[in-house]
Amino acid sequence: MIRIERRAPMSREAAAGLRLAGVAGALLAGAAFLSATGHDPGQAYLDMLRGAVGSPYAAQQTAVKAIPLALTGLGVALAFHAGLWNIGAEGQLAMGAFLASWAALGLSWPAWALLPAMGLLGLVGGGLWALLPAVPRALWGTNEIITTLLLNYVALLWVDYLVFGPWADPSAFSFPYSRPFPDAARLPLLPGTQVHAGALFVVAIAAALGFVLRRTAWGYEIRVTGHSPRAAAYAGMPVRANVLLVMVLSGAVAGLAGMGEVSGVIGRIQQGISPGYGYSAIIIAWLARLSPWGTVGVAVLFAALINGGFALQTSGVPAAIASMLQALVLFSVLVGDFFVSHRVAVRRGRAAALPAQEAAAEP
Amino acid sequence: MTVHVVLAWLASAVAAGTPLVFAAVGEIVAERGGVFNLGVEGMMLVGAVSGFIVAVHTRDLALAIAVAMGAAAAVALLLAVLTITLGADQAVTGLTLTLFGAGLSSFLGKPYIGIPSPVVFRPVPLPVLGDVPGLGPVLFQQNLLVYASYLLVPAVWAALSHTRPGLALRAAGEDAATADALGLNVAALRYTGVLTGGALAGLAGAYLSLAYTPAWTDNMTSGQGWIAIALVIFATWNPLRAAAGAYLFGGVEALGFRIQAVGGTTPSYFLRMLPYLFTLGVLLVVTMRSRRPGVPGNLGRPYFREERYG
Amino acid sequence: MDVYLQDIRKAFPETVALHGVSFEARPGEVHALLGENGAGKTTLMNILAGLYQPDEGSIWLGGQRRRWRSPAHAIAAGIGMVHQHFKLVPPLTVHENLLLGVRGPLWLHRRRDAARVASLAREHGLDVDPLARVWQLSMGERQRVELLRLILRDARVLVLDEPTSVLTPQESQALFATLRSLARSGRTVVFISHKLEEVLRAADRITVMRGGRAIATLRSQDARAADLAALMVGRHVTPPQPSPPPPGAPVLEVDRLTVPGDRRPLAVREVTLTVHAGEIVGVAGVAGNGQRELAEALAGLRPIASGAVRLDGRPLERATVRDRIEAGLALIPEDRLDVGLVGEMTAADNLILKSYRQPPLSRRGVLDPRAVRARARAALGRFSLAVPAEAPVRLLSGGMLQRLLLARELAEAPRAVVAMSPTRGLDVGAAADVHRALLEAQSRGTATLLLSEDLDELLLLADRLAVMYDGRISAILKRAEFDRPRIGLLMAGGAA
Repeated sequence: MIRIERRAPMSREAAAGLRLAGVAGALLAGAAFLSATGHDPGQAYLDMLRGAVGSPYAAQQTAVKAIPLALTGLGVALAFHAGLWNIGAEGQLAMGAFLASWAALGLSWPAWALLPAMGLLGLVGGGLWALLPAVPRALWGTNEIITTLLLNYVALLWVDYLVFGPWADPSAFSFPYSRPFPDAARLPLLPGTQVHAGALFVVAIAAALGFVLRRTAWGYEIRVTGHSPRAAAYAGMPVRANVLLVMVLSGAVAGLAGMGEVSGVIGRIQQGISPGYGYSAIIIAWLARLSPWGTVGVAVLFAALINGGFALQTSGVPAAIASMLQALVLFSVLVGDFFVSHRVAVRRGRAAALPAQEAAAEP
Repeated sequence: MTVHVVLAWLASAVAAGTPLVFAAVGEIVAERGGVFNLGVEGMMLVGAVSGFIVAVHTRDLALAIAVAMGAAAAVALLLAVLTITLGADQAVTGLTLTLFGAGLSSFLGKPYIGIPSPVVFRPVPLPVLGDVPGLGPVLFQQNLLVYASYLLVPAVWAALSHTRPGLALRAAGEDAATADALGLNVAALRYTGVLTGGALAGLAGAYLSLAYTPAWTDNMTSGQGWIAIALVIFATWNPLRAAAGAYLFGGVEALGFRIQAVGGTTPSYFLRMLPYLFTLGVLLVVTMRSRRPGVPGNLGRPYFREERYG
Repeated sequence: MDVYLQDIRKAFPETVALHGVSFEARPGEVHALLGENGAGKTTLMNILAGLYQPDEGSIWLGGQRRRWRSPAHAIAAGIGMVHQHFKLVPPLTVHENLLLGVRGPLWLHRRRDAARVASLAREHGLDVDPLARVWQLSMGERQRVELLRLILRDARVLVLDEPTSVLTPQESQALFATLRSLARSGRTVVFISHKLEEVLRAADRITVMRGGRAIATLRSQDARAADLAALMVGRHVTPPQPSPPPPGAPVLEVDRLTVPGDRRPLAVREVTLTVHAGEIVGVAGVAGNGQRELAEALAGLRPIASGAVRLDGRPLERATVRDRIEAGLALIPEDRLDVGLVGEMTAADNLILKSYRQPPLSRRGVLDPRAVRARARAALGRFSLAVPAEAPVRLLSGGMLQRLLLARELAEAPRAVVAMSPTRGLDVGAAADVHRALLEAQSRGTATLLLSEDLDELLLLADRLAVMYDGRISAILKRAEFDRPRIGLLMAGGAA
């Protein structure tokens, strides 16, 4: 008889090992899929590895890619800590990029004034966009998964409207992007690298998030609210106000990621400003167990997957393999998590020794 | 003239609402059993691409539909194993399933972008019924899949409320521990619900790629899976209300196209926002009126028998 | 049908629930399974009902060895169990609930099925409306639906888990009469209880369990309450002795308080009560008569319709939860985990749930981990609690959770405490500790409102007793007027 039963949870180290095994399992599943669709998985993974970290340039591009993933991941993680599902990082990023671009295209300020203004507008754009679903969630408990998601489509259509319409670059007929930003609106590169200064946002926000959650009274409220909103209400915590505040902050961080993309990477605003960062962010935060620095680490791993996926395109493998691998990593880690607290027991029950009619108790 | 325009609009509301009918009714079956499947969008995409590929290679629409439903159900099986058997969080698994479905469909569909399907579902006006003034052009000059949806909705409604398996599925979704204690196989019921939901999402996807906008493009569902999930809340888990809601949403979507067609000056981006904004608005109104209207009691909760003792 | 459970062993990940228990019951008898909470009674019966698989041991039914792969097998073999937590699906109707898990035609015929249920109900004197939705029924009615289900399924072995815990004394008597007649018709009836008195009154034979073992089986006419108590507890437990201090000034005053309910317009209607310093006022009543809503409204967790609440003369009815806490009103909620305590957090984190904003725990919004640890050590030390400091509290037993909750709520001698079923589900030792803590708070002048469904507990601790029925206080009795039958009548809505 085979059955699944609970076991005393295994040690932290063993659980971490199981999680790594999960990642390996995902890569194996991906390899099986690649070879089933007529590709050489060994070659594909090698190409991906080269594309992600094969040269100093590739490694730095992976770091650049990790910035929006880490920022949206941190925002999502903060919301998760309060028990909120912010699936709208995608749209919040776009709205942050929108407001930051508005400053970049409209104000001819020097960099020392323009960049902080753009950063602030990025925060505001993402934060306000997150406030929209936060209000009905706080007042009536409206499911924020669905509302944040639907708003993504609205935000992306809004950016489409801008870059095809009023903000379209007149010199690039019908290409979906704005005219380029002035130099004063471009985030500088970190000295000696090709990584833009948005990386500093990641470090600052990860550090701040860790401190706030572990060491402040407000962070304590957030953790209590996330684990048990009823306990938070019982203790007299301002649950509704915190729901609003957390969603706004979560969206603001995503909006800052949008500012980083337009100012640090692209130098203009364009269609498809976020190729799914907000969705990857959910998986990243979940895999990192909501730990701020863990989120940064997983973001780097996912950035490598995405950039590796792009590198594959030259050899004819669709880049979509990267999304599939992200999903497979989460799936196999979920399987691994189950076996942290359960095991499959194969027992030779006494039933085997019993005469058939005794063992059978058919309805 | 005006009557003609209105009838044409209503007919396109039905055509646009049909994929939502399939997807929402499927999600109702899954959720009534207690599983919140956020992977509808991904399952629809898998159905859309696999149906399209089969149609291109075999020119057999029946086979294409069968494969689309089977493929989406297979993807749903992933969610079923993870959430029902392994007790993984339903929300994160469903969201990831959407990412997976989007990736898989984009991967498989790459070579098929921009080629037309050699076979598509075309409108088949029904004799007699199709000639009824008013009603005929709106309801009965549609394609076969639309007619199938007319049969599906009352069938699922009756199955849920008037049959023994339907009662069992509802019990598994309301109170799994109780259903289990009464000798119902909760896991089997939930698997059935999720796989049925998956198959119907696949059908919704195939409707898009083989009937409504016959072609394959990346992410061609453009959020309809999410609208279907919102529709389930709006419909308070009732298939009849879900169908009515789906046509309403279809009407809103069709309205955008109509306005563009008659040369309206509103930029198309704003018209395309309409279905999402309308969904949001409806969701707010529904939740404002009552906090938990008709939610299956154990929706989203995994069930394991030996977890409690005393 | 003869039931014989042989050497049943069952272990759970954290504990061994049954160490090789044997148990037998015969057709025609009412057999009581007596023991404290945690003795393994429910686990043993869940194994008989196929809900759990035994690790070792065997189940014999009518002389045949049986093995259940699922509850369905046990049901088919004629085992029927009424669980303490009723196995009814509240949004479904009575007749739909009775159809669940029963084989039959694919299509359901609402009217025909309902008529069949109604006639069977009349036949057995278990009156209930088949088309009512279960959530609309009282606990006593729900229990009748459960019994109807067993009769409908023609169960030959009937197991009831703590059947009287949700009933008034009168309803309990009616239940035991029904059980007696079911046994007389040749069925085997087993009921689980921890109440000596009802076991002696209603059972033919009694099996006593303690610590996962069956200690003894006796005929009830040979058994004496004192012996049973000794067998059941296995150690000497001194019940705390209340010594009511002279009542002081009024502390908690409730004046014509009316509170809306979730599923009915008014859950609490015009309740007027006063609790004095150093007084324990009990609130008796069958579950669902407004006690929960009253407690939540007093704590500020539920909006009120009208009326006044005063603490030390200060109006509180519009105050926030935080203001009430700071005014010195403590609440021991019904749900220890998920309301009173956060399961995923450590004991130290849980002990600061209400004081995390006060110095020295936090200054200018920054927590001081050393002060938090010091607070935890002090509170745990004062109540001599051996609780791991760094593990999530959900791993603790119910008794430990409640001690932890009391350590926090009673630490700073609150002006008033509202306690909701504080000993539900606890073993005798933990319950005695809870009672001691409440009495100690009383001796320090705390005004206590104790809402409980356990009449014994109320009769032991309360200085005065209010009886609640259908949202109203139907009577307030002084200690001298405490009289079980009269209270039972009031709990059932009768006039005193």
